[in-house]
Amino acid sequence: MNLAVETIDLTRTYKVKRGETLTALDRVNLQIRPGEVFGVLGPNGAGKTTAIKILVTLLYPSSGQALVAGHDVVEHPEKVRPLINMVSGGETSGYGILTVRENIWMFSQFYGLPGAVAKKRIDEYLVRFSLDKNAKTKVHNLSTGMRQKMNIIRGFVTDPQILFLDEPTLGLDVHIAREVRRYIREWIAENNRRTVLLTTHYMAEAEELCDRIAIIDGGRLVACDTPAALRRSLGEGGLFTLILSPEPRDTSLVANIPGVSGAYLLPADEPGSMALRFQLSDDQRLQDIFAVAAEHGYRIKGFSKHEPDLEDLFVKIVGRRLHENE
Amino acid sequence: MSRIGLLLRAIWARAYVRIVGGNRELSWMLSEVLLPMISLSAYIFIYRSLGAPRIYEGLVVLGGAMIPFWIGVLWSMASQFYWEKETGNLDLYMASPMHPVTLLVGMAVGGMFMSFVRSFFVLLLGVFVFRVELTAQQPLLLVLLFSLTLTSLFSMGMAASSVYFMVGRVGIKINQILIEPVYLLAGLYFPVTHLGRFLLVLAALIPLTLGLDGVRQLLLPGGASIGLLRPEIETGILAVMTVVFTIGAVRLMRVLEQKGKRDGTMSLRWQ
Repeated sequence: MNLAVETIDLTRTYKVKRGETLTALDRVNLQIRPGEVFGVLGPNGAGKTTAIKILVTLLYPSSGQALVAGHDVVEHPEKVRPLINMVSGGETSGYGILTVRENIWMFSQFYGLPGAVAKKRIDEYLVRFSLDKNAKTKVHNLSTGMRQKMNIIRGFVTDPQILFLDEPTLGLDVHIAREVRRYIREWIAENNRRTVLLTTHYMAEAEELCDRIAIIDGGRLVACDTPAALRRSLGEGGLFTLILSPEPRDTSLVANIPGVSGAYLLPADEPGSMALRFQLSDDQRLQDIFAVAAEHGYRIKGFSKHEPDLEDLFVKIVGRRLHENE
Repeated sequence: MSRIGLLLRAIWARAYVRIVGGNRELSWMLSEVLLPMISLSAYIFIYRSLGAPRIYEGLVVLGGAMIPFWIGVLWSMASQFYWEKETGNLDLYMASPMHPVTLLVGMAVGGMFMSFVRSFFVLLLGVFVFRVELTAQQPLLLVLLFSLTLTSLFSMGMAASSVYFMVGRVGIKINQILIEPVYLLAGLYFPVTHLGRFLLVLAALIPLTLGLDGVRQLLLPGGASIGLLRPEIETGILAVMTVVFTIGAVRLMRVLEQKGKRDGTMSLRWQ
């Protein structure tokens, strides 16, 4: 059985200045099976979009190989393109002068969709995404959310075998993002030959949606497994969150305490406070942490123990938070 | 879906944007018909004040009617990929199963129609306001010459859009630079024969020059007296230009598409 997507030592570099190169992807190996929703998680600049651009035949790899449905994207792009479609978050594609229906129809024609089939599918999707009342609205009059719904319909309407979604819920409000995620799951469940490759930097989205997740940082694949297995890889020990006031500048407070790992700061709801999250292999050490906090003049305004999530995993693997420096 | 079926659907879909969408909001009547009529009127009044023969008024109206085609070539063809890249459309086009040249042809077909509509209204208004007399001599040749003027102009636009593909925003500047010199070289408001030998050679490389000259000879009574070459010869040259520009566009598109993929310049966001 062919894999839906396979990359073999996939590498892409860019010339950025005279004599300088930037490695956007560094020997990435992925194997994505048909029927999977596969997530690629990483911060901005990690190489996620570069990977997608290579897979959808828009960019040549510098070295290595990328196969989509068994076809080499460099050698046989014409065999890959009828099988795929893609949607990017925040994209402004289409023409403002055309209506929603006309825009979706136009893109469907580039895939050769017969008129009657296109019309039927567009009607169904417009209803499914509650955009039917705006079918005749010109695109330049749409809100950002509506426009992104239209883009998402554009991606599904050609019934691709493999759908590439590059941060599809970027900038969408919570309800629309949830609606999109729900539909992606339904769409995959309808046909086990369909595959979705989704890039995101929303941890919750990746956990909710993906069968497997690859974590990319600095162009390198640093982890790849199911969300549950990735969480298990965090190992023994509980995850704790302390709400401290005044706000600590960094995590040095717990750095020297044995058994503490993966410490990072999070904004806290309470003004003037900051959440310090860390993994602790031995719960007995909590007393030491409370004592150190008091010694340094911090008040502990809250304390909780919780299940690890992908954010914790990301910190453990990469050494910083996913949204740091954004 | 057969390749021909895909080709035709894709051409029509891309042309639709201009054929239907481009004419949907009638503000173009003001910006692309009424405003050009002002400069066109100015030239006519100059010729009238100088007591020039009546043919000069017809010559100006026909020149003005050809402006939408040149504007179409520059803004709707040559620099179009810059906008398509900015909006993200180019990524979607290039990742779809249609051949990239289909996209060029769709743009050209739509652009020709859109320009034709504007040109028709300029001509209609010019003829009505200034009582210009037009007589179709050799109608078949006129249709052929005019059609080849459009195909050669827009195939030149196709070739230019492939080149502009790589230059990005600079293309906008090039467009601005190319408007007035081409108006001059094409002899939009005067008989092109007055340009002088050196400039005439340069002017003859622009399909607009030969096309306009031929149309004037075949539509204006006494037009042959101001002609550059015989319309039959101009028709032949325009046919050759169509073929050369079309082949050039196809080859350039292929080369530059591959370069874009190699250098990472085809997409706006490369990471």
